[in-house]
Amino acid sequence: MVFLHLFIVNKSGGLIHHRPLSARAPKISTNEWLRIGSTFHSLHAIAAEASPLRLPNGKNASGADDGIERIVAGGMELRCLQTVTGIKFVITAEPGGTVDLDSVLREIYVLYAECVCKDPFYELEMPIRSELFTQAVDALIDRVERLGHTSMSKHR
Amino acid sequence: MNRSPLVNILDRPLGKGGATRSTTTTDQSVSLSSFAYLYSEMVQYHQNRVDSISELERRLEATGYSVGLRVLELLAYRAREYKRETRLMNILQFVSTTVWKSLFGKAADSLERSIDHADEFMIVDYAPITSTFVSVPSDFGGLSVDAYLSGIIAGILEGAGFPARVTAHSVSLEEGETPSSISSVVVLPPRKEKTVFLVKFAPTVLTRDNAMG
Repeated sequence: MVFLHLFIVNKSGGLIHHRPLSARAPKISTNEWLRIGSTFHSLHAIAAEASPLRLPNGKNASGADDGIERIVAGGMELRCLQTVTGIKFVITAEPGGTVDLDSVLREIYVLYAECVCKDPFYELEMPIRSELFTQAVDALIDRVERLGHTSMSKHR
Repeated sequence: MNRSPLVNILDRPLGKGGATRSTTTTDQSVSLSSFAYLYSEMVQYHQNRVDSISELERRLEATGYSVGLRVLELLAYRAREYKRETRLMNILQFVSTTVWKSLFGKAADSLERSIDHADEFMIVDYAPITSTFVSVPSDFGGLSVDAYLSGIIAGILEGAGFPARVTAHSVSLEEGETPSSISSVVVLPPRKEKTVFLVKFAPTVLTRDNAMG
């Protein structure tokens, strides 16, 4: 399972974090990243409007706004987790993997809540500059690639 | 509310309890997350009111100092020791075992004496809870958010009659030094640094201790 990129978009559409997850990930410049972040944010919202099926209140089962959850393309697969607070965690990976990308995204959300939200030096909605978060994400990706699944049980 | 008149409020356990709350076990546990959020807010509160990094450390230490004075009274009372500590090594042992166990659930990882200076001692903790979730930005220099804990230690020592200056330093782990306990938070990677609390006693303390023989 080869992961490509991880990016996190805040609730106003600004990109707060982007990171290549393996050596195979294509190099994307910072400006490109900012453009991708805002484009995805807008598409996510438009997709909910354009969808023939409207969920009650516009919110899905977990209370977050409805929008793009999965994009399957020839060369990559993209998953997005939108949280109740409006933050989008997006991960891309090469297709054909056996790992459940949704659980990886949920684990990354847990790491965000632990390392970023509890950090007194982090301002909400600002770019994430936490070393602890990047190390933890790297460790998680390593573990998932080795074991083939996330070993964390839902113990919280 | 069920209140037994024999149990005073200092002995009552924290946390949820019903009518069958046990009074023999003081099993008080507070969620690590709520402590982390509260501590993060406290650091931000002080950060908004200072102009420099050292001022922030001093404020955190001052906050911890008042906690330390009270912790000393509480733990000395709970230990039912009616003779106060007068020897240096004993008070340090008290801090690194009894105080640590009561505050963090485990004894400090080691207590060392400095080779170069006779008045310096070091208490080492591999994973202090105040800095478990914190990443200090690089432009903050050597700030250690564990200054709060060094304030607690300083409060305890001064309250016990051993005035000392305590500072917290992050030191990278040496080769072969692995924390015996697994990381307290399972999802986080193991820490690469330990925190050393450097305790420097006032000269009067040393002369008094030496005179006692």
